[in-house]
Amino acid sequence: MFKKILIANRGEIACRVIKSARRMGIKTVAVFSDADRNALHVRMADEAIHIGPAPANQSYIVIDRIMEAVRQSGAEAVHPGYGFLSENSKFAEALEAEGVAFIGPPKGAIEAMGDKITSKKIAQEADVSTVPGYMGLIADADEAVKISGEIGYPVMIKASAGGGGKGMRIAWTDDEAREGFQSSKNEAASSFGDDRIFIEKFVTQPRHIEIQVLADQHGNAVYLHERECSIQRRNQKVIEEAPSPFLDAATRKAMGEQSVALAQAVGYTSAGTVEFIVDGERNFYFLEMNTRLQVEHPVTELITGVDLVEQMIRVAAGEKLPFAQDDLKINGWAMESRLYAEDPYRGFLPSIGRLTRYRPPEEVHDDTHAVRNDTGVYEGGEISMYYDPMIAKLCTWGPDRAAAIEEMRLALDAFEVEGIGHNLPFLAAVYDHEKFTSGNMTTAFIEEEYPDGFEGVTLEASTLKRIAAACAAMHRVGEIRRSRISGRMDNHERVVGAEWDVALQGDRFTALIEADRSGADVTVDGTTFRVESDWRPGQPVAHLVVDGAPLVLKVGKVPSGFRVRYRGADLKVHVRTPRQAELAALMPEKLAPDTSKLLLCPMPGLIVKVNVQEGDAVQEGQSLCTVEAMKMENILRAERAGTVTKINAGVGDSLAVDDVIMEFE
Amino acid sequence: MRDILQELEDRRAVARMGGGAKRIDAQHAKGKLTARERIDLLLDEGSFEEFDTFVTHRCTDFGMEQNQPPGDGVVTGWGTINGRMVYVFSQDFTVFGGSLSETHAQKIVKIMDMAMQNGAPVIGINDSGGARIQEGVASLAGYAEVFQRNIMASGVVPQISVIMGPCAGGAVYSPAMTDFIFMVKDSSYMFVTGPDVVKTVTNEVVTAEELGGASTHTRKSSVADGAFDNDVEALAEVRRLVDFLPLNNRKTVPRRPFFDDVKRLDESLDTLIPDNTNTPYDMKELILKLADEGDFYEIQEDFAKNIITGFVRLEGSTVGVVANQPMVLAGCLDIDSARKAARFVRFCDAFEIPILTLVDVPGFLPGTGQELGGVIKHGAKLLFAYGEATVPKVTVITRKAYGGAYDVMASKHLRGDFNYAWPTAEIAVMGAKGATEIIHRADLGDAVKIAVHTKDYEDRFATPFVAAERGFIDEVIMPHSTRKRVCRAFASLRGKSLQNPWKKHDNIPL
Repeated sequence: MFKKILIANRGEIACRVIKSARRMGIKTVAVFSDADRNALHVRMADEAIHIGPAPANQSYIVIDRIMEAVRQSGAEAVHPGYGFLSENSKFAEALEAEGVAFIGPPKGAIEAMGDKITSKKIAQEADVSTVPGYMGLIADADEAVKISGEIGYPVMIKASAGGGGKGMRIAWTDDEAREGFQSSKNEAASSFGDDRIFIEKFVTQPRHIEIQVLADQHGNAVYLHERECSIQRRNQKVIEEAPSPFLDAATRKAMGEQSVALAQAVGYTSAGTVEFIVDGERNFYFLEMNTRLQVEHPVTELITGVDLVEQMIRVAAGEKLPFAQDDLKINGWAMESRLYAEDPYRGFLPSIGRLTRYRPPEEVHDDTHAVRNDTGVYEGGEISMYYDPMIAKLCTWGPDRAAAIEEMRLALDAFEVEGIGHNLPFLAAVYDHEKFTSGNMTTAFIEEEYPDGFEGVTLEASTLKRIAAACAAMHRVGEIRRSRISGRMDNHERVVGAEWDVALQGDRFTALIEADRSGADVTVDGTTFRVESDWRPGQPVAHLVVDGAPLVLKVGKVPSGFRVRYRGADLKVHVRTPRQAELAALMPEKLAPDTSKLLLCPMPGLIVKVNVQEGDAVQEGQSLCTVEAMKMENILRAERAGTVTKINAGVGDSLAVDDVIMEFE
Repeated sequence: MRDILQELEDRRAVARMGGGAKRIDAQHAKGKLTARERIDLLLDEGSFEEFDTFVTHRCTDFGMEQNQPPGDGVVTGWGTINGRMVYVFSQDFTVFGGSLSETHAQKIVKIMDMAMQNGAPVIGINDSGGARIQEGVASLAGYAEVFQRNIMASGVVPQISVIMGPCAGGAVYSPAMTDFIFMVKDSSYMFVTGPDVVKTVTNEVVTAEELGGASTHTRKSSVADGAFDNDVEALAEVRRLVDFLPLNNRKTVPRRPFFDDVKRLDESLDTLIPDNTNTPYDMKELILKLADEGDFYEIQEDFAKNIITGFVRLEGSTVGVVANQPMVLAGCLDIDSARKAARFVRFCDAFEIPILTLVDVPGFLPGTGQELGGVIKHGAKLLFAYGEATVPKVTVITRKAYGGAYDVMASKHLRGDFNYAWPTAEIAVMGAKGATEIIHRADLGDAVKIAVHTKDYEDRFATPFVAAERGFIDEVIMPHSTRKRVCRAFASLRGKSLQNPWKKHDNIPL
């Protein structure tokens, strides 16, 4: 076994590899760019080597830099993680030339699977099911109809040069094929000046399901079942699970066996993933093979009990796989949520900055449930603009799918991330979506269910009552504490009442609290809830038990109440005495302040850069100009979408506070 | 006997209705609560004891004797906020527009005198059209009687003004002399002369909101210390503030049960200071992470944001915080920030509230605007305030402490009790580049030499250790241990006793 390995990666995957290596008694070497000097993977590794400036193309993907680090550290093997150099055959070659082991497949396999056309050909030769289609030139409509019939409807008629849906038709019948061929051809000719057309099977209700394979250098190869990754946003996977709620045993076996066959056909070793697209009738078609460890590998680990990174290292060291296909069973269900530094309320724009608070839920692993969080960040760390916006992978496991989902909901509720925009609320919303919980989703799920983006979550009345009960009980605890301040008039203390009015999400409830030693019975509009909790004022996460079921709320402060974040909803909950509520009801609704259509200079300073021109349409959050003040550059951003109508200041202008820099429409 | 009891009830009922149902509805229609409703929200339920319910005015001019509503446009008395005594007056806009008559003033004066005598804060809720014109000079005399009490009470009991309607003319000077002014957005304004007079005299056209609304006074004039969305929120937040304040200048700060760990370490503070010394960071993160339960009551949040002032609790007891904010103007001191912080420091000192100072200051803001505006004397206010303060003073320098601003920000030399610095502190006369260019003027043309000199200067002076070697810094501490260290420091200062020499009063550069 190796004594020391280098991880040619960063972030959570570098940390993930270091964990397995450490458990195996192998020393680890991290590499880091300027931006990652204080990164978690650097802190975790036994040694760390600086490899260059922040941009990845000057550090993490420069083969020479990595090779230098390998030489300097004396590492005997390199784990590439995913992304960066993980599927770069030249890197594998460079390592081979120096006699350093690559913890991944042989370079031939990388090359063979790296090209879409070659890989499809190899797959066909290995009897792997591929999307049926005709790649040759099609002479006329008659031929198109004939080919379509052979492929089987529905088919997709596509322009070779096409893109963006232009020159693309879907046909379900001969007539439609004839018509579609003609119109595609015409459109292709006029749009691209190239009227070549091809036809392939149109996959309806597509789901993305992939098979994990593992092969050693002794000819043994197995599959570790599937992962379903249909919840994607613009081809970026968001939620993955294993197994798939859609496959039956026969399909699983067929997909697994074909995947192993493909791996063997290219002399594959190490861990790899064969991606399929699966239609509504469980027909599956090969898409591509990823010759590396996948981001979503933990769900496979959770249902098989196999440490994939460990196996990759062992295979690279020449060991035999310790199990055969029959040993690999599916145990329970696992979910993975990718936590991205992307603001769901702002069209999922990346968000960068300091993680002022980062507290993942507690990790557990036992027979009934598991919570695992793979992360590369820490509280006080910085999310930089240079790399992938993924900051953590939260995984849960349960005996069945419903249990894994429930585990995930609670884990997301307890996950604290502050300082940057992130997709926690969106993830939580998906886990409560009926279409997702039923398992009946396709790769179009996000597009179809959130066509206008994510606008938050509206909670049901029954849920609101539970939250109202919890907040009333918490508020009472807070008020009792306030009434115990020093300097009170003896014998004339404030008596904290039992009746409260709770207003949230436009609803109002009356809550009557009967407290005892271990909790309180809270009657909300006639329904009594038993609320138990050891929450104390100031704690940002309240772990409550309401009527025996856990309720985890993130609680912040607002006047007379709490800001509550729960299941993707972000609520202001006001808890008031009946008298306070009566008077609060008299207060007029405040309209959102008219932040006027001007960009005002927030500080006296010098304009050093103007990024827009008059007439430009700007998006919310877009940088408009940079003002230098006290030698610091401050980027001013658009507070909302609009059009720049006038720019009053140029580069070099010295401005005072509240000077108008530009005007919008 | 029954009839007599009934008469009391009847009279009370009349008094409670103020200016009558119609005017109450009108008040509500403006989004405002009545004087009594406001008191209900301010005080603990059922704790209000009213004085002078049946006082009426004595004016006989202009037919005023025909209309003598009980209470005369102001509700006064006392009650408790979380069981602690406060005195309160609340002007009733439904009665003569809340205008101040001789008797109206006498009611206010009465509770102010009692507050002074019995050592409890005074909270004034202002909603008044101004002087009762029918009473002429008697009304003016009434104002002056109140002013004199404001002055005498200053520094003896906390005085809080809540502006919940108009407050114009001479009326503004009573709130102006209290410790804190809070306003309600869109329904309150304060000015000495209103838009009509302004237009007549100066030809300026300006709305009441622009001239004296909550936004104007919290952002531009700094007359107000905070603004809230409506009456309900404002009064809830005043209750919250009172929980931070001692009842009078002879009492210690309040303590209340707290649920935070005194020894809590916060590793994330070790990365608060960015690698680049010119990159800003948010000082509020440090304040929130030091405070018990992350609870911070900010004063003048929207004004001179380059300095932060407000109250936190450490181990359940109130501490005043003054902190430079690198996010705004790099945290430098200027006229506005010095005035803002100086007033806050003096409030804390007057009421024995310990002061925590967090320093990251690159110096004073240069420029003609500052010099011509008198930054010398305004800056001196903060220096003076810190120097005269005898309360426990703990200072933590997180990054820059340059030049005279280092001296000002509760340095050891101004009788700082504990002066801590983080390892990232740079305590020097100025930044390395500027210093090098002066010291090595001869080498200015040689970029290489200047770079070497700059590096040398940074290594030697851009650290806390030169100051620590001289004892100007008591200890260099790890950022993550700041809460623990600061809590211990204040704990050790609970017995602090320090007197300034006897004087009638000092002569702070006003």
